[in-house]
Amino acid sequence: MADTAKPKGGSAKASGSRRRTRKETSGVSNEKPELLLDYYRRMLFIRRFEERTSQAYTQARIGGYCHLNLGEEATVVGLMSALRETDYLYTNYRDHGYAIEKGMDPNRVMAELYGRQDGVARGWGGSMHMYDTETRMLGGYGIVGGQLPLAAGAALAVSYRDGDDVVMCQMGDGTTNVGAWHETLNIAKLWNLPIVFVVINNFTGMGTSVEESSAEPDLYKRGSAFRIEGERVDGRDVLAVRDTATRLVERARKEQTPFILEAWSYRMKGHSVVDPAKYRTQEEKDEARSKENDPVAIFENELTKAGVLDDKTRDEIAASVKERVAEAADFAENSPNPDVASLFEYTYATPVPNESRRMPADPVFAD
Amino acid sequence: MSVITYRQALRDTLRAEMVRDENVYVIGEEIGLFEGSYKITEGLLKEFGPKRVRDTPIAEEGFVGAAVGSAMLGLRPVVELMTINFSLLAIDQIINHAAKIYGMFGGQTSVPMVIRTPGGGGQQLGATHSQNIELFYSFIPGLKVMAPSTPAEASSMLRAAVRDDDPVLFLENLGLYNSKGEVPDDYAEPENDNVATIGRAGVAREGSDITLIGYSRMASVATQVAEKLAEEDISVEVVDLRSLRPLDRQTFVDSVKKTGSAVICEDDWLTYGIGAEIAASIQEGAFDYLDAPVRRVAMAEVPMPYAKPLETAALPGVESISTAIKETLSAVGKRVG
Repeated sequence: MADTAKPKGGSAKASGSRRRTRKETSGVSNEKPELLLDYYRRMLFIRRFEERTSQAYTQARIGGYCHLNLGEEATVVGLMSALRETDYLYTNYRDHGYAIEKGMDPNRVMAELYGRQDGVARGWGGSMHMYDTETRMLGGYGIVGGQLPLAAGAALAVSYRDGDDVVMCQMGDGTTNVGAWHETLNIAKLWNLPIVFVVINNFTGMGTSVEESSAEPDLYKRGSAFRIEGERVDGRDVLAVRDTATRLVERARKEQTPFILEAWSYRMKGHSVVDPAKYRTQEEKDEARSKENDPVAIFENELTKAGVLDDKTRDEIAASVKERVAEAADFAENSPNPDVASLFEYTYATPVPNESRRMPADPVFAD
Repeated sequence: MSVITYRQALRDTLRAEMVRDENVYVIGEEIGLFEGSYKITEGLLKEFGPKRVRDTPIAEEGFVGAAVGSAMLGLRPVVELMTINFSLLAIDQIINHAAKIYGMFGGQTSVPMVIRTPGGGGQQLGATHSQNIELFYSFIPGLKVMAPSTPAEASSMLRAAVRDDDPVLFLENLGLYNSKGEVPDDYAEPENDNVATIGRAGVAREGSDITLIGYSRMASVATQVAEKLAEEDISVEVVDLRSLRPLDRQTFVDSVKKTGSAVICEDDWLTYGIGAEIAASIQEGAFDYLDAPVRRVAMAEVPMPYAKPLETAALPGVESISTAIKETLSAVGKRVG
């Protein structure tokens, strides 16, 4: 069952400690061990992949902005376990883990981060813009809220064709304050669209807290003006996320109507790799990085206690994950840079006369 | 040939495209039951039903973005934005999303959609409803921007826009909806290959003394100017840009090479306007052929006033364009009638 322990409302000071307690999940004992180990391996993979990404970024192998899923591993794996392969996914810019979990080859995700030719978007997107038609991950988007109307449109297309796929639209807590949130929720409910809006609440939009930015800080309630049901789940608990997300996704599929799922967890690092998060107190930093809030450590501990994970298996998984991440980094390192001659290949899908192919210093009229 | 209005050319062509391809649907405010603020979607709800004629709430960012998302899955939405002024509420979805999705994701998914929207002025609609801000979209690689000036162009260009796989901003004009012109008899047939080429300008009227360049309503005004000046024995060549992006520079540069001088007329503001790009292109492409500086006739740089005499004074028209042409020809030393 979903643990819906609520983030406290009001300011951090007014509400005392920000520490969120967590109920023991009873789910582990009812699950197949191989499935649990699979979740564990996938969560650990995201952890190590993102650590490698962070390292490559500080070595200047990766450019631009770079936002990591560290601390969200249980949420990402739980959410993606709730989708069918044919369901669609839209996310914000914190998208590496989602891309991998939706089925993209980690080699090509890493190559995209490196800006190489074999990247999922051929080096045109970078960290914020993972995309793959095949696995139906229809984009990480860099503009906060930009993906919401698009996701509603994808659901509209599914509905137009009487399909039974569902669209999942992920975003951060800060997104619930943009205009696109309100317009999209209204449209999604009016038009009976099969879509689940997933709000990842890590309590902080860059450096501004949810309490300081949202007049209704219980984010799962923010669909009430549109009669959209919402639920909150402990995003540190992979089974709780999977179960709650599955329930809402299947209801969206069956009832052809939108839902909101708020998953809360901690952002272990700054907003992006380069952010030292000076706006956080030491206490807040300690809390975000503590073992008791670390979804990978929590799950590892549970599996060990339940006798599903022994030292040998843990070491084997750790070694295979390490090797696979190293392979992704090697692949990215060895992938060629995109050919500059391809610069004008992706401006338009339908070629038309007089498209500009002028390089910066070229004359407008070349004789 | 038949003579019909610009409005009817748009309406009948849109209907024909909906008959031809069931992925084509129309979406916008008041387009169904109300049949469109300017009646371009008249009768479509009745014929095609609410799935293919989708009325929206007043939420431009939401429904334009939803159209983009549906296009990513292969539908071919034709969005109606009541006027181009309201496109500002959807500009994130148009510029940051529709225009970027094909390139930003490495050419994996195209966005086959049309945004139809009228610009205009001269209807006493005041400052927020009289703007010509197509420049914003013409500036953006990834978008295509078309601006028909006659019923025939409206038909063949709308057909091209719907069949193209990229996002097309299709600029109409309040002042043109009731204008009439000849169209081929079969213009409203679904199986019709009278499809314009996006990215091509055209010479609307040949002449030898001076080149007059315009688009949308101003191309139509330019033709009136040419007709009037012909009575004074001044031969004006009119170039109708038709496509603002891609921009067909060669057509107007070739014309200027022939005539030796140019006047640009535009409904938008002069500073940084479309005409600035045209003038810059002329100096680069026909520098040695110019006998006089390129002149621009554009709207006065004020928010559009409501009062009729003020509004009329702010807008370019036959008189102001004729004056600029005569002054330019004077500077060249050509006889002015």
